[in-house]
Amino acid sequence: MTQLPLLALSPLLIISATCIIVMLSIAIRRRHARVASLSMAGLALALLATAAVWHTTAMSQTVSTLLIIDRFGAFYMALILIAALATTGLSYTYLHRYQGRREELYLLLLLATLGGMVMVASRHFASFFVGFELLSMPMYGMAAYLTKEHRSLEAGLKYLVLSAVASAFIVFGMALVYAQSGTLVFGEIGARLAALSGTDHIVILGGALLVTGLGFKLSLAPFHLWTPDVYQGAPAPVVAFLATASKVAVFALLLRYVVETQATHSPALIDALSMLAILSIIAGNVLALQQSNLKRLLAYSAIAHFGYMLVALISAGPLATEAVGVYLLTYSVTTLAAFGVITLVSSPLDHEAQAIADYRGLFWQRPGLAATLTLALLSLAGVPLTAGFLGKFYVLGAGVDSRQWLLIGAVIIGSAVGLYFYLRAMIQLYLSPTPATAVLGQTPAASVAVPAVAGGGMLIALLLLMLALGLYPSPFVRLAQGTAIGPQPTTAGP
Amino acid sequence: MILLSLLLVPLIGGLLCWGLQRTDVGYARHIALGTMAVVLALSVGLWLTGDYSQTLLPSAQASGHWVQQFSVPWIPRLGIRFSLGLDGLSLLLVALTGLLGMLAVACSWREIESNAGFFYMNVLWNLAGVIGVFLATDLFVFFLFWEVMLVPMFFLIALWGHDIPGGRPRLYAAIKFFIFTQSAGLVMLVAILALVFVHYHTSGVLTFGYGELLATPLESGTAWWIMLGFCLAFAVKLPVVPFHSWLPDAHSQAPTAGSVILAGLLLKTAAYGFLRYVLPLFPVAAAQLAPIAMGLGVLGIVYGAICAFGQNDTKRLVAYTSISHMGFILLGVFAGNELALQGVIMQILAHGISAAGLFILCGELQERLETRDLRKMGGLWGRFATLPQFGLFFILASLGLPGLGNFLGEFLILLGTFKAHPLMAMAGTVGLVLSAVYSLVLMQRTFYGKASSTQAIADLDRREFAILGTLAAVMIWLGLYPRPFFVVSRAPMQALERLYAPEANRPEASSTVRVDP
Repeated sequence: MTQLPLLALSPLLIISATCIIVMLSIAIRRRHARVASLSMAGLALALLATAAVWHTTAMSQTVSTLLIIDRFGAFYMALILIAALATTGLSYTYLHRYQGRREELYLLLLLATLGGMVMVASRHFASFFVGFELLSMPMYGMAAYLTKEHRSLEAGLKYLVLSAVASAFIVFGMALVYAQSGTLVFGEIGARLAALSGTDHIVILGGALLVTGLGFKLSLAPFHLWTPDVYQGAPAPVVAFLATASKVAVFALLLRYVVETQATHSPALIDALSMLAILSIIAGNVLALQQSNLKRLLAYSAIAHFGYMLVALISAGPLATEAVGVYLLTYSVTTLAAFGVITLVSSPLDHEAQAIADYRGLFWQRPGLAATLTLALLSLAGVPLTAGFLGKFYVLGAGVDSRQWLLIGAVIIGSAVGLYFYLRAMIQLYLSPTPATAVLGQTPAASVAVPAVAGGGMLIALLLLMLALGLYPSPFVRLAQGTAIGPQPTTAGP
Repeated sequence: MILLSLLLVPLIGGLLCWGLQRTDVGYARHIALGTMAVVLALSVGLWLTGDYSQTLLPSAQASGHWVQQFSVPWIPRLGIRFSLGLDGLSLLLVALTGLLGMLAVACSWREIESNAGFFYMNVLWNLAGVIGVFLATDLFVFFLFWEVMLVPMFFLIALWGHDIPGGRPRLYAAIKFFIFTQSAGLVMLVAILALVFVHYHTSGVLTFGYGELLATPLESGTAWWIMLGFCLAFAVKLPVVPFHSWLPDAHSQAPTAGSVILAGLLLKTAAYGFLRYVLPLFPVAAAQLAPIAMGLGVLGIVYGAICAFGQNDTKRLVAYTSISHMGFILLGVFAGNELALQGVIMQILAHGISAAGLFILCGELQERLETRDLRKMGGLWGRFATLPQFGLFFILASLGLPGLGNFLGEFLILLGTFKAHPLMAMAGTVGLVLSAVYSLVLMQRTFYGKASSTQAIADLDRREFAILGTLAAVMIWLGLYPRPFFVVSRAPMQALERLYAPEANRPEASSTVRVDP
């Protein structure tokens, strides 16, 4: 019995160890390349460990009352790790010419990754909250990492304030749910609450507070106000992490919570989530129409995408978990690729290439980058044969299967509106470049070799992954299919 | 395998064109032309060697099967197979794609100066998407190609299109085109999913296969809604009148090759969709929809013709005539007897040829005069040697001169419709009169009348002459000896009639007039 939990916990343990090693390494001597490669090695090792966990965990394995390691957890851990790996590679290229302290970013990144992994494996309010905070705290530092930049500091501060508010909501929500149910374990909450007679307003209030707190993190409308500013201000690779790993962790947790507590049986919660979904889809797509800044545009697009994902979650049919898995996977890969391109075109020294107009004519100078961004934008728009279509297909499938016609209507309208701004941004890449943007297209002559390879390599990997998801999704579908979580039997303690 | 190669050849050819852009654009042009020639040759080869007396739909003699098919598992979890199939209907349309594809490449030989390699890649990939639509026999694959062909077309309009002075920018037209067709496509996707889930819940098999889904038992209410989802996508693409507003914009701003493909092929994918999916999958519901659909068809015929009459821009004018001609197709499809359906096939082919001819002529006039404004034309007959004669030919073809393909198509459609719905046929006939009016007006305003100058303008060169000559020859062939075409499309159309006609309100006089050879 002692051996198995070790294997099950190995991804978490590896990342923890990497954190310590990286910290020591920084303390001994600052070396950008060494720290980056150590982090990458740790992340890659952890990724391998999740694969091992996937293959050995035939059934879910509960580790203490706090954590549960199952295929669901392994899948989302792997997703978070992939996002962290990509972010590390991109950060290396991004920070290469940065004059300040570069190494701590990797440490923060590893800590946040650990937090996310704890979240997707938690089955208890305590581990949920620990993971949540461990994910959030380093993010403040990461968002404000370029300390000499006004906008970066502003982004960090905004994120701090709103995250803190969200945490407060969540803790209060937990307290209320605990007050009525008397337990902190997800699987038991559902059963105990079901035993209560009638509708309990305190439980509903608690649920609402929890959803609000998570909604902040997922930037669902109407809790999305921080998103565009933080996306715009924070360094591009950090946003890549924030937009993917952090949201994946929160959404996976929400999914597990909803499934295990059988919250989908509660009409109040479903109504609330439906409302959030429709609002997010509309707000995200409509507000994106006016954006001329690519990072802000992607922020609004993310709002809409989490609206689509909620549709899958609400549908709750047999397809729902699978649909969420596929959607989060395709969304993460696509978003990472998009921010990867932004990172590689930008540099923290001069301004980041944020305005859509900056990208004018990129295709004629750096066709690889432009093709990747095109594919990413088409994928976000959900055009067939791209990764994003698979996700949208699943969402519509889950919706049709459970007859959520209203939500499906919202998805269709949202997608139609969304096409406009994705296409408008995409076509810029192909227009003839203006003299001002021609500069951007050139790779910086010095320092091309190693740093560009790190980010570029990551981007190529993401591009290949994105193509594979679009053209031959079968293996990925099978993975997502494996993540199914039934309502856990409450007796499954250690 | 040969079906797969029909798809792969243009895809690979497109990549080659893009790759060759930096070295030599001339190669890219020749490769693009060669690629489409291969597609045409393959389809003609299939035509000559295959036996097209079969289609998947069961006929009177035998349970059906495809003439050629190709199928490999793609996403087994969702029951999706990459399957292609060919029968007479798809063959004719693929061959048309090969022919018009070659001409679209040829007609942009000199028009496209910038980034020609990338241009040809978009043309070829667009055509690959069109071929995919005609061949797909899995609804997921069909939807995929249906949407995928939009992206290259979007690029063609947005990057190489024309900005009309005083009009909207071409990006507006491109985005409008994309949003209209894609969002209607999403509705169709929902309909496809609904159909698949209904099939899954009744049979326990999750599949997107066309053949399997044909057998889905549907309650009439469900069938109605699912069919409307399909119909919306096809109606936007055809276009049927309330959904047509993207077409004139897209046409007037697209480059010539884009217009040729748009009018000649993309609109036909919608006609194909009605024939391949709406009628066979939902025969009962389609029969209920028939009066409305035919009414919209007539509305389109009249409305398109009247709008065409009022245009000052040559390409917009031709675009509106397309709307009018597509109205006949809608009329014929929902009349649903063999006569009308064979007419629909003929109309698809003939309109593909005549619209391509007219758009190429518009493009050539624009290259020479640097305007498409009819108010600035007139009296051109004397200033060219051969261009106006071709103009006259295609305009006459378009108005339905007997002996040319369009006449045959419209005549058969009206005959067939008269048997099913005499009133609709009578109303549709008005379109013939109106088409004569706008055609002759177009002729008058461009070529006749007072010339603004007597200076001669560069006439057609050998390449342009060959393009227009080919189109004219095919048009005459269609009009005078249509038998080979009817033979190929007979089996699918007969099968459709068998499936649909019991529901349609059909008098028994049906067997008196046949298109039998």
